[in-house]
Amino acid sequence: MAVAIVILLIALGSIAFHFWSPWWWTPIASNWQGMDDTILLTFWITGFVFVAICAFVAYCVWKYRYQKNRIAEYKPEDKKLETRLILITTLGVIALLAPGLLVWNNYISVPDNAYKVEVVAYQWGWKFRLPGKDGVLGKTDIKLINDENPFGLNLEDSYGKDDLLVDEGELHLLLDRPVKFELRAIDVLHNFYVPQFRGKMDMVPGMITYYWITPTRIGEFEILCAEYCGTGHYAMRGLVIVDKEKEYNKWEAKQITFDKMFAKNKNNKNLQLAKNTK
Amino acid sequence: MSDEYEHKLEAKSDYVSDASSGTSASDIDKLPPAELPDQELYHSHSWWTTYVFSQDAKYIGVQYACTAIGTGILGLVLSWLMRLQIAFPGLGLLEPSAYYQFVTMHGMIMVIYLLTALFLGGFGNFLIPLMCGSRDMAFPYVNMVSYWMFLVAVLVLLSSFFVPGGPTGAGWTLYPPQAITSGTPGHNMGIILMLVSLVLFVAGFTMGGLNYIVTVLQLRTRGMTLMRLPLTVWGIFVATILALLAFPALLVGGLMMTLDGLLGTSFFMPAIVSMGEQLKYEGGSPILFQHLFWFFGHPEVYIVALPAFGIVSDLISIHARKNIFGYRMMVWAIVGIGALSFFVWAHHMYVAGMNPWFGFFFATTTLIIAVPTAIKVYNWILTLWRGNIQLSLPMLFSLGFIVTFLNGGLTGLFLGNVTVDVPLSDTYFVVAHFHMVMGIAPVLVVFGAIYHWYPLITGRMLNETLGKIHFWITFVGSYAIYFPMHYQGFIGVPRRYFEIYDSPYIETSTMGLNVFITVAALIVGAAQLLFIYNLISSARLGKKAEKNPWKANSLEWQTPEMPPAHGNWGKEMPKVYRWPYDYSVPGAKEDYIPQNVAPSAVTEAKVEKS
Amino acid sequence: MNKFFKTLAEKPWEESQAKIDNEHQGKTLSLSKYKLGLRTIMVVSTIIFSFFIIAYADRMLIHDWRSMPEPWLLWANTGILILSSIMFHLTKIASDRQHNDKIKKGLYFIGFLAYTFLFSQLLVWYQLLNSGYYAATNPANAFFYLFTALHGLHLIGGLYFLGRTTSKFLRNNSKVQEIQHTIELCAIYWHFLLAVWIVLFGLMLFT
Repeated sequence: MAVAIVILLIALGSIAFHFWSPWWWTPIASNWQGMDDTILLTFWITGFVFVAICAFVAYCVWKYRYQKNRIAEYKPEDKKLETRLILITTLGVIALLAPGLLVWNNYISVPDNAYKVEVVAYQWGWKFRLPGKDGVLGKTDIKLINDENPFGLNLEDSYGKDDLLVDEGELHLLLDRPVKFELRAIDVLHNFYVPQFRGKMDMVPGMITYYWITPTRIGEFEILCAEYCGTGHYAMRGLVIVDKEKEYNKWEAKQITFDKMFAKNKNNKNLQLAKNTK
Repeated sequence: MSDEYEHKLEAKSDYVSDASSGTSASDIDKLPPAELPDQELYHSHSWWTTYVFSQDAKYIGVQYACTAIGTGILGLVLSWLMRLQIAFPGLGLLEPSAYYQFVTMHGMIMVIYLLTALFLGGFGNFLIPLMCGSRDMAFPYVNMVSYWMFLVAVLVLLSSFFVPGGPTGAGWTLYPPQAITSGTPGHNMGIILMLVSLVLFVAGFTMGGLNYIVTVLQLRTRGMTLMRLPLTVWGIFVATILALLAFPALLVGGLMMTLDGLLGTSFFMPAIVSMGEQLKYEGGSPILFQHLFWFFGHPEVYIVALPAFGIVSDLISIHARKNIFGYRMMVWAIVGIGALSFFVWAHHMYVAGMNPWFGFFFATTTLIIAVPTAIKVYNWILTLWRGNIQLSLPMLFSLGFIVTFLNGGLTGLFLGNVTVDVPLSDTYFVVAHFHMVMGIAPVLVVFGAIYHWYPLITGRMLNETLGKIHFWITFVGSYAIYFPMHYQGFIGVPRRYFEIYDSPYIETSTMGLNVFITVAALIVGAAQLLFIYNLISSARLGKKAEKNPWKANSLEWQTPEMPPAHGNWGKEMPKVYRWPYDYSVPGAKEDYIPQNVAPSAVTEAKVEKS
Repeated sequence: MNKFFKTLAEKPWEESQAKIDNEHQGKTLSLSKYKLGLRTIMVVSTIIFSFFIIAYADRMLIHDWRSMPEPWLLWANTGILILSSIMFHLTKIASDRQHNDKIKKGLYFIGFLAYTFLFSQLLVWYQLLNSGYYAATNPANAFFYLFTALHGLHLIGGLYFLGRTTSKFLRNNSKVQEIQHTIELCAIYWHFLLAVWIVLFGLMLFT
């Protein structure tokens, strides 16, 4: 009998835990309210099923507990009942799936007015690249990466020259403006994840993946790597700061273009060589 | 591909009618004379061939089970160490590299070397010949080699703990490029040994699988049609087919990655800059490996789940003294889930960078597979309805399974639905989900099954009091571990983090939750040692079991001797007259009629036509 | 397939069905267990090779792919495989007709051909390696070595069973009945390996 009570308690306890425990999602800071809504929808539908079935099991265990004289029912199947259950389940599944697919469609269709930011992941940190004045990110290739050209930009692509390179693990974003993250990794798999933004996508060396968000709240948010990437995975953190236009422009103005950085690196190297030859 | 198709077609045309036209038998017991000769058996001559290199499927099953459980205990200890590290990072118990190595080995051991080996190698070998009414497997010698290959695979895996660099720490998914680049522990020897071990496992398993398939299809006893097989056999049979079709993907991926690691080929390795150094690789596709891996990996979930489904169906039916509700639907669901499981693999890769349009397709197939799975749950609980439920240990574990599996299955609806997966993937929600659904749930079935069949194996019962303690701690304790873990996932705590140090978005109370989970995990783990003690001590000291102690119908309990002797059936093979679920047949004196009881012995039992 | 669905639709608890089921002999397919076993193995092998072919097709699309030359020796080896398949067919006919002498010669010749093939494949490897086609140089090369190695391993597996058959035949004073079935199975396997080789070779030839 204890087991019937415990099963019931587990069902009720789970509900109680949901309502009275302090743990729930981190307050959202992007436009993906739709994701939270689908989670809630799924939560309530599945939660209902869970409690209902647990209660049914508990009832059966109590009501039909073993008695020497009881004879169980002999009923191999019940087509009508089974068909009904299949129909109800199918309806439930459709109710879960349909809104999910709609939100997914939004997630993978980037709005035209989104500006681009490139995120480069490496073991174990984050770098960023902004398209600069021309609004276009220059071409890159992992093979071109070296000390002078840490992002691996294609020197022949003129679009790349004015790209702004951010190498300090801190990215600023504009409030209420859709932004498309172009994601690149140079060594192993990574995943650009900010819990408050909800979005997520793996970064695969040799590929450019993407997703987009619109930040809806000013603040500082931590970047985490969400795809296991080696020993330093847990320490691969960065910072996103959502700003209003004024602060953002101030920050952008401080960033250095690829042209300048490349020249500087080259000079440094020449100096280094000169020193060495002395 | 065309070859395979041809063979399949041929196989179909060779199909013998299971239903030859009915004859008007005057004697209701009449069976046609046996057309097939009795199976030839290998008889051992020495101590070595009896106890070590045994060719008896029952013995091989026990060997498989013991090896798997032994390896599983290692997996359990690794999980303790990991949990201690997560809850008490201040202790400095582990290095990050050790933590990741333990994560990897824990995952791989539990999924492949414990659960797959235990369900298919252990229960499959022990139960298939007995339940089908055969003397042994079709190819006993191959069967023996299968076990020894498995043992070598385990030893190779364990040996990786002792090589320079230690075992691989690439995560059980072994994704390239990190699996073989220098930022990952065990990227030299460890990963190679892991891949070699997997290749051995697949080779060994293929030999075993061959046996299960041929035995189930060709070596059943007279009167045993496919639809008279217990669901246990159906589950193991379909899981074996899945394994034979899915393991090749792992083998192919593993071989190609081995070459990438050893010879420097670029199958999966793109051009990369690792730790500031340009590597020689170029052009390979890491995503291709992920496709291969999950083409194996998702059916693998069902390779573990389907035997569990089958076994738990039988346990519930036997201990509720009632036929399994909707037997046909259960068989269809097993076959349907098996078939569908090959079309859902990429739901593990929604955010892996594959073409985002795949998301629509795989989310749909994934949620479709929920329907046959739900049917199974309904039929289990409808079997309880109006039953006569004995709360024996196997039944308790089955009830625990229903609750746990239900919980884990429902959270699967979160992760399968592509949008919901985006915020939750790679968080502790995923960890909680798959531990519930393919960790705890099948393990509860394993326990139920062991309590159920232990008398058949040893002739003695397991200690009931210890069993009850074991059940309560395991069931309630593991729920306490994994249910709160979902909420860490909602918060967004990422998985595979060596240390979740203070982060502005993680409430400090999450750390408290981690401590709670770790304590629960330690207690649940300790309860398993109690179980092992019970297993060992009861083999000698347990209460002597009577014949057919649970009053079950299926053939394995009807052998002339218990435990069954070599060759299972004595001189005369059993004849089967009914399906295995004739419990509480109206009019019958007893509440069970074993499969080999002739109709003349139970003339009073009458079943109305439905 | 239809019959499979019919089986699944049976209601085993009904009395009318029970009468039919009681007549059942316990075998689903009218095949020997060895033949079914062999077919299972061939299905698994086919799947393994299919995955390799899929991986090959996927990898081929990337720009760094450089096709490999096919040495004329490969054509000769294909010829050897075709010849041994024909020989096996003839040997099988001989075993059906119980022509002991022909069987013996056939088995020896097939064995010889198989070893020649393996040796010759190694020769191809040697040639290619000497001309600088290393596995690491290009994925096309790597696939070539992988395909030939796996195909060779399959053949070695077949040779084990061929050897056992031959020695059994010699030991038991040429009792044909005892090896008829194994010869048939080996013949099927040899044809299968020829088919696999033609697919793989064709794939490498045309890409």
